[in-house]
Amino acid sequence: MIITVTKPIEEIMTNLEGYKKVFVVGCAACATKCQTGGEEAVNNMIKELKKKNKTVTGSVILDTPCDIRIAKRDLAKSREANESDVILVLACGAGVQAAEKVIEKPVLPALNPLFVGTTERIGVYNEFCSVCGECILDKTAGICPVSRCPKGLINGPCGGVVDGKCETDLTKDCVWVLILNKLKKLGKEQEIFKDYFSPKKRAKPKVVNRAGERR
Amino acid sequence: MNKLCKAIVDNRFIITAELYPPKGTDIAELMRRADIIGPLVDGVNITDNQRASMRLASIAICHLIKDKGYTPILQMTCRDRNRIALQSDLLSAYVLGIENVLILSGDHPAVGEYKEIKGVYDLDPVQLLTTARTLESGFDLSGKKLKGTPKFCLGAVVNPTSNPLELQLLMMEKKVKAGAQFFQTQTIFDVERYRQFHDQVKHLNVKVLAGVTLLKSREFIGFLKNLPGVSIPEDVVKRVEAAKDPLKEGIKICGETIRELKKFADGVHIMAIGAEDLIPEILKNA
Ligand code: SF4
Ligand code: SF4
Repeated sequence: MIITVTKPIEEIMTNLEGYKKVFVVGCAACATKCQTGGEEAVNNMIKELKKKNKTVTGSVILDTPCDIRIAKRDLAKSREANESDVILVLACGAGVQAAEKVIEKPVLPALNPLFVGTTERIGVYNEFCSVCGECILDKTAGICPVSRCPKGLINGPCGGVVDGKCETDLTKDCVWVLILNKLKKLGKEQEIFKDYFSPKKRAKPKVVNRAGERR
Repeated sequence: MNKLCKAIVDNRFIITAELYPPKGTDIAELMRRADIIGPLVDGVNITDNQRASMRLASIAICHLIKDKGYTPILQMTCRDRNRIALQSDLLSAYVLGIENVLILSGDHPAVGEYKEIKGVYDLDPVQLLTTARTLESGFDLSGKKLKGTPKFCLGAVVNPTSNPLELQLLMMEKKVKAGAQFFQTQTIFDVERYRQFHDQVKHLNVKVLAGVTLLKSREFIGFLKNLPGVSIPEDVVKRVEAAKDPLKEGIKICGETIRELKKFADGVHIMAIGAEDLIPEILKNA
């Protein structure tokens, strides 16, 4: 999912300067999981806004605010939202922009989206996918070097591996050591480095169809 | 054929050393050092924004020392340039008469002066080696035909002290397949351990130059220990620490190491890190 953190409240309040009536939008998907955009987070935000003398006209937690159809159905038609000066969105950037598309009001982000990752527990998130568009997990024992090696080295490790740890942070495992160990466990270690990976396509179309093609 | 290529073909013990471009435009000191080591070695590596810090470009210094009659080895990292810039620099190097290129991933920005920048890493070292060979075939990565083709002597790096070593050995093989003709290693101090490594990679039929570093002071040992992938055996540390003149002891150790390596290794790569003036003395001791 998309890992998000809440922006400092001071930054949010600075952005809200000049607006009185605020409508708050939450996210029932990723941001709920991160506890940055679910019911509790929305209620806390409303409390903060009221403390700072803002009028909260209402709030809604959209199932998936990044789905423009849902934003259209549940946000665009909301009377409270349309009577507000500004929409504050507790979702990732895609959620904020879906709101922008469906309502003629200024929209503001309340979160900083970090990456696509996994949750170990609340507050421990790993960047495990950089959405590169050409997944190679089938060749790397299900462990992603594109996102988990700080240099994104896909043909194998650098020379900075120290006792299995990464040269950029000796408290973190070198992803290539993890891949080797996993392949060994699976009895497939002879497969490591078997393939040459040619340079990755870094450019992806900005609007795609179901097949991932430009449209 | 330049001096390094010739040494590789002639199958003799190869000596290379390393110089670091300055931060700024004053190259007097660097050129003075080049004059000291240039005539003594088969190739002089010029580092590429080493330790992820901003420096004068390697290619400019390579050109200047080439003009003086020395043999440059252009270090090229994957950190700061995308594939357009990397290919363009490879062609530029060639027209400046620089054929020896050492390809490496490059220290990550996280360990350097610009911790918050985006490292490029558009190509990895295996891909960059392949790219250089592609250019030699008369085409660029987009498949377009080149007007005039370059020719390189390509090197890569390997760390014989890295654990698990297995990964380094396999990587080395992959780099050889991609076109690496010689390797320079991370600093080693334990010659016996290096001998084992040497035997393990013999079958690859490439020249491997063992990295050696002058332990010039007690403080310097502390600095070295903090570099990625460097390990210094305790008895060596003790020798320098117990010595009345640590620098003299360091020179002795370095000389001894090279002398031992001469018995079986393909060559050495001397990283004197600021003490290049002492390289003649080290070599005399060796
Ligand atoms: S290879 Fe890594 S970054 Fe690319 S899609 Fe797969 S998990 Fe994501
Ligand atoms: S040590 Fe491993 S994870 Fe870290 S940069 Fe090198 S290859 Fe990548």
